[in-house]
Amino acid sequence: MAHPNLKYLRKGSLPHMFCPGCGAGQILNYFIYAIDDLKIDLDKLVMIGGVGCMSRGPAYLNLSAIHGIHGRNLPFATGIKLANPELTVAILMGDGGTAAIGGNHLIQAARRNLDVTVIVNNNGSYAMTGGQVSPMTPKGAVTSTTTRGNLERSFDLCKLVETAGGTYISRWTTAHSVQLINSIKKGLQHKGFSFIEVIGQCPTQYGRYVLGLRDPTSNLNWLLENSLTIRQAEKMTEKELKDKILVGDFFKKEMPTLEDLYIDLEMRIKEGRSG
Amino acid sequence: MNNMDLIKTPSSDFKFILGNHAVAEGAIAAGCRFFAGYPITPASEIAERISERMPEVGGRFIQMEDELGSIYATIGASLAGVKAMTATASAGYNYMQEGIGYAIATETPIVIVNVMRLRGAEQATQSDIMQARWSASGDHEMIVLAPSSVQELFDYTIEAFNLSEKYRNPVIILSEMTLSLMRENIKIPDPSEVDIVNRKRPTVPPDEFLPFDAGDDGIPPMSSFGDGYRVLYTLNPHDKRGMITGDLDIYDDLYRRITGKIQRAVDDIVRYEKFYMDDADCAVIAYGSEARSALEAVRRARDEGLKVGLLKLVTVWPFHDELIRDIAEQVKKIVVPEMNVGKYVGEVKRASDCLAEVVSLPLNKGRMHTSAEILSGIKGEAR
Repeated sequence: MAHPNLKYLRKGSLPHMFCPGCGAGQILNYFIYAIDDLKIDLDKLVMIGGVGCMSRGPAYLNLSAIHGIHGRNLPFATGIKLANPELTVAILMGDGGTAAIGGNHLIQAARRNLDVTVIVNNNGSYAMTGGQVSPMTPKGAVTSTTTRGNLERSFDLCKLVETAGGTYISRWTTAHSVQLINSIKKGLQHKGFSFIEVIGQCPTQYGRYVLGLRDPTSNLNWLLENSLTIRQAEKMTEKELKDKILVGDFFKKEMPTLEDLYIDLEMRIKEGRSG
Repeated sequence: MNNMDLIKTPSSDFKFILGNHAVAEGAIAAGCRFFAGYPITPASEIAERISERMPEVGGRFIQMEDELGSIYATIGASLAGVKAMTATASAGYNYMQEGIGYAIATETPIVIVNVMRLRGAEQATQSDIMQARWSASGDHEMIVLAPSSVQELFDYTIEAFNLSEKYRNPVIILSEMTLSLMRENIKIPDPSEVDIVNRKRPTVPPDEFLPFDAGDDGIPPMSSFGDGYRVLYTLNPHDKRGMITGDLDIYDDLYRRITGKIQRAVDDIVRYEKFYMDDADCAVIAYGSEARSALEAVRRARDEGLKVGLLKLVTVWPFHDELIRDIAEQVKKIVVPEMNVGKYVGEVKRASDCLAEVVSLPLNKGRMHTSAEILSGIKGEAR
């Protein structure tokens, strides 16, 4: 018997190109569980990937998709949503596309409260190109472009998106399957800019070279051991929280979306309330 | 009626408008209902006008965070089934190249206005004539229209959308600072008089649809996001199903088709006008605003009894080799005035195949040639 979720995969798209034990495959799987639970109309769902490991994800799914441009997912999404606000748009991207080359698009799309769901696989490096340092790589980490240790700091993507104006913000790791599926569902159902950061393992690059962990299981265990929920973190000191991954639903707010504002403006013009 | 006459004929049928506004009105007349842009001199008035007009006609305008945002939002809207445009000037156009490559690869119809300006200065120029053809990486053919008046900016903006929809290729309107910030009288036709071309739609159900399978014309039908066809659009080499492939024979076929659909259609795509060419033994070949000085120069030469004609090119790319070769066979000398260091003249030389003497007449000082300067070039006088 075929796997019940096989219908979500684009015919002929397998085998996929993820390394054995890659977090991107898990995230794609969680996404499929989420759209299956929500019974989303696949004809009305558009996914946008880019260039990189996670960004290849949409190419495997049996739905409308854009693939092949690094970091410009959100401008594509802006055009699609303004052209047809009825469509559901979900975005899969990596930490390079999100925090570096597409960083300004992230800020502006969050500021506009564009009604899309962004799922970021943060594996702390540019994995596809050979494990180079990314804005999400911790200070001191040895990567293929920081062989003497990373001089720069990383930053908190969720806080950035909250400051910019995102209206649903959540972070989990690939080891939190149930919680992450729930967050993806909440994101897809939320009207507004939903941002879900997933700390995902990369046994090929980051795990192997930065953490010294080659196999997927020990990478996933590392993620579990180093994660703290918001409630756990409440009772801890700043020192105890250092270098830990804070997970949970951070922020949710109902606000008019960019699309709503356009529709409202057009109504006002039609009714002669605004010239 | 030519441009010169138009300027002198004010009547109630005509509107005295800015070049950039003519582009905005032309886009709306063509059915454009999405525009994304980023401010830049001397193109900003296109966005300003269209931002005001779009909500009145059921379209949407957004000012994006940069030119990359603009080009990708434009492509996204077109993939969702809405005719879309962006507008910028030389420096901003640089940023759009990767997006143009994406529109080529995914065969997405979009229109891009590039108002040429001097590098680092707001002065008139035609220095991006070769960039308009060649700047995106990878294999591609470009359709580039270079209007010479405010009326032509309006008319050829409509034409740009029609060509883009027909050939599923980005189309560039190569405007100039001279034209974009100039006001002239133009006739805006009744919407019923405007010919509109729309992309062809799939005729088979989704499970039988091969989104990149084309007939003899090389142009596949196109679905829109949300209509049930679930197409994957990728920059990567892709087969007829749209699936990413590592098979380089498929890659070769794909780009033979994508470039071939334009190359085979030059007669349909290339718009030009000939003036006084029938008995000419010397031809001026000019595009954009230079065609205006050139026409005046040719008339003055005729007054002096010289057998000079003008080939005014509106479609500057794809390059119509045969058209130029035929002229080279007819005349002894071809003069190519340009507002740059002399670029397009190289293409004219190549296509002329040594059948006529080709003289470059460059002027790179932020202004058009005067007709007297072109007349000197025709006569071969030292400048």
